[in-house]
Amino acid sequence: MKSSVITFPGSNCDRDMDVALTKFGFKNKMVWHNDQELPKSDLIVLPGGFSYGDYLRCGSMASKSKIMNSVINFAKSGGLVMGICNGFQILVESGLVPGVLLRNKYLQFICKNIHVKVDNKENTFFKNLDKKVLEFHIAHNEGNYFCTNDQLKEIEDNNQIAIYYCDQNGNTDDQINPNGSIKNIAGILNKEKNVLGMMPHPERMIDQSLSGEDGSIFFKNLLNNIK
Amino acid sequence: MLVNEKIAIEHGLKSDEYKKICKLLKRTPNITELGIFSAMWNEHCSYKSSRIHLKKLHTKGKKVIQGPGENAGVIDIEDGDAIVFKIESHNHPSFIEPYQGAATGVGGIMRDVFTMGARPIANLNSIHFGSTQNKKTKNLLRGVVHGIGGYGNCMGVPTIAGQTSFDRSYNGNILVNAMTLGLVKKDKIFYSKAAGLNKPVIYVGSKTGRDGIHGASMASTSFDEKIEEKKPTVQVGDPFTEKLLLEACLELMSGDSIIAIQDMGAAGLTSSSIEMASKGNLGIEINLNKVPCREAKMTPYEIMLSESQERMLIVLESGKEEIAKKIFDKWNLDFAVIGKTTNTKNIELFFDNKQVANIPVNTLVENSPMYDRKWKKSKLPKKNKIDKTIFKSLKIKDTLKKILSSPNVCSKEWIWQQYDHTVMGDTIQKPGGDSGVVRVHKTEKAIAATVDSSATYCWAHPLTGGKQVVCETWRNLISVGAKPIAVTNCLNFGSPEKEENMGEFVECVQGISEACKYLDYPVVSGNVSFYNETKDIGIKPTPTVGGVGLIKDYKKMITMDFKEIENIVLVIGKTEGHIDQSLLSRIILNENNGPPPEVNLFNEKNNGLTLLNLIEKNFIKSAHDVSLGGIITAISKMCIKGNKGIQIKKPKFLINEIEYFFAEDQGRFLIEINPKDLKEVSKILDKNSVHYDEIGKIIDKEMIIDQKTKLTIDELKSYNTNWLKGYMV
Repeated sequence: MKSSVITFPGSNCDRDMDVALTKFGFKNKMVWHNDQELPKSDLIVLPGGFSYGDYLRCGSMASKSKIMNSVINFAKSGGLVMGICNGFQILVESGLVPGVLLRNKYLQFICKNIHVKVDNKENTFFKNLDKKVLEFHIAHNEGNYFCTNDQLKEIEDNNQIAIYYCDQNGNTDDQINPNGSIKNIAGILNKEKNVLGMMPHPERMIDQSLSGEDGSIFFKNLLNNIK
Repeated sequence: MLVNEKIAIEHGLKSDEYKKICKLLKRTPNITELGIFSAMWNEHCSYKSSRIHLKKLHTKGKKVIQGPGENAGVIDIEDGDAIVFKIESHNHPSFIEPYQGAATGVGGIMRDVFTMGARPIANLNSIHFGSTQNKKTKNLLRGVVHGIGGYGNCMGVPTIAGQTSFDRSYNGNILVNAMTLGLVKKDKIFYSKAAGLNKPVIYVGSKTGRDGIHGASMASTSFDEKIEEKKPTVQVGDPFTEKLLLEACLELMSGDSIIAIQDMGAAGLTSSSIEMASKGNLGIEINLNKVPCREAKMTPYEIMLSESQERMLIVLESGKEEIAKKIFDKWNLDFAVIGKTTNTKNIELFFDNKQVANIPVNTLVENSPMYDRKWKKSKLPKKNKIDKTIFKSLKIKDTLKKILSSPNVCSKEWIWQQYDHTVMGDTIQKPGGDSGVVRVHKTEKAIAATVDSSATYCWAHPLTGGKQVVCETWRNLISVGAKPIAVTNCLNFGSPEKEENMGEFVECVQGISEACKYLDYPVVSGNVSFYNETKDIGIKPTPTVGGVGLIKDYKKMITMDFKEIENIVLVIGKTEGHIDQSLLSRIILNENNGPPPEVNLFNEKNNGLTLLNLIEKNFIKSAHDVSLGGIITAISKMCIKGNKGIQIKKPKFLINEIEYFFAEDQGRFLIEINPKDLKEVSKILDKNSVHYDEIGKIIDKEMIIDQKTKLTIDELKSYNTNWLKGYMV
């Protein structure tokens, strides 16, 4: 399976994502933000980082970059696109997934392990996953997902919420919410379910020696689903 | 503008220094030249009070590729790999403007490391604040932590370890010391020594603005009530541009275009150009009209003294300008050929077709002032006679609670959760352990790093304190299974013009040097920060030491969390019951006098190396060094991290129980071993003459000290983790 990771000038999880995708069997290519064309890919990943410094709203400048035209077209024609952390912010700014990402509730960057509940398995990203709760890792300052009530209703009606912040047993109460996201939303899909944006970093959980191994489960499953 | 002595003094120069300048130049300098002298001759850049003593540091060793004197030190970690590292202070700016001060401190030290061709792989920091009662402390702490995170997180370099302390002596002068480690191939290290004539001198990075003018001079004086007026001297950081600069420089470095490279840190274009010329024994000619400026009508004086961040000066091979320009264009960075190397051995500056400065380089560097300042030797304080009946009135549980929740011992999670410590995907030991550990990407090796200081011990007796700091880092590295290789130091002191302060400096340096020499653990880089005082009140002497070690097989790394029930816990090293200057003495007995614990270098080395031997043989399941708060504090942390308890069996000794548990004798570790290995482990310890006590065995969820004294792990956790979070709300 072929994947492409877009490198914006301030991306800093692009290498980590490349390591993870390669480790689990993707043939991965790095694509520069100033390129016009995407290589032939089964999956496009927008990695974490600070794309253009994010001195404006995070991801807003990146959403207007050259390569994003191709990414948007790729997504609209049904191609799989995944945005992690800053990549999620770029997806939101590009309008590929609904809502916005505000500053974390306590106005602090948070870097720690968290758990996410996977409720929605009717999509290529989480289909066939045999675990309901995954231990992932977050590292962000603007991950506080927000949308209007109408949008929320629409998102819920369309089954677009991919993952929720929860405790290790899968409880999604307010106390476990690390950043103030509405309804504990940690990741969201577009209506057609081929675009996923999420704050957690599965690529930092791919090795027993690192923070944990649930990222491995995610990537292996993803590869199998695409095959 | 006509220059005279008064103007020179306003620039921070002393009257005889001004006279020396006139004599060296055989004329009166113009204002630009005076600015350049003041920038090069201030304490921060010239090390005029410290140079004479720094020469005594132990700086040589088999693993040293580059010692002090370059942008950073370099050590060999085998297989053609090398680690570049250094620590630097950004104390004065951080007190004036905590966010930007701390952020640019982090930016500056990362630049020092990638200037040498290394990709930064880990950041550390040592930060010190005033009393928690002081009304400024909270905001300064919040600002500094945001600043460190704001810069490091954006750069995508994990912040893997650090140290935070609170002490009244920092009320008017906080300390912010930032350390960076970078990875480079041994044959791809870049230096700042210019070579060759008529080689293009290029400027890359951000544009030059009016920020930070006289920053280095500001860092070379004490504070007074006009401190708020100094805000404009603090630089403003732009981590995104630095990230671009990092990538662009590394891309250019992968070719063969660069002869010399130097970042523009303190004293900006002035010190970077002079440094390169001086090292290469060359002259340099710069056309200041070519320097990319952010603001209109900047004068030569302002351009030369600006400390705008994220800039580099490079001497290129002739004819490589186009190749270099293409790379910097790709990363959207300014690129300008601003001058060339010459054989005049002078720095010559031109502006609007006129020569605006012409100074022999050696007058700025070799002829800069060097002082052998008066210093006062300190005496070892007398031991306190502690009334042992007091111990009887102390309950272990209450005492432990107070110590675990005291600001200098409590968990610093609130701080390090704001730092991205996992980016780059190689962090295998996060903050909160004895050392941070990152893997060397795509190898079996890992690098451990730690940073430490103990101002209280140094204040009580500088010579012992200096040794102790080095040993503490040594133990921190050993505790994670790393072989210590070398250190970097950041020497934070009060005014060198006071004999007591200078004495503290001289003796701390001596202590550091003795310990480094004995342990074969050389100093490869560092910096000095004097004048950490406000209105005559100076900080406690705070030499900060950053240690770096190698783990050859990262799977053998040790952590401090208790691993398995039924395993046995040993205390390595002898507990004599030293209470003076311990936390027990200071916060429970309210006694601040007395000598610090003695440092026995033989024991430090012997205990440490024996432990490494046990780790190599896979006997050790968890380990932690014993420091502030003594054995019981160290055990508590191992319990908390492993979520397991311990049944303590206090060894039969003459010393009191309280002394045994809370004493801060040096050279000690706690280790966890499997009962079946006890015999073999004891044999090795005995053979190496290492003292050890068996202190207990691991049980589930409870610390049992005796039948009456029991604490659950949840209790220990809440004592240890709640204080800082509560304080910062």
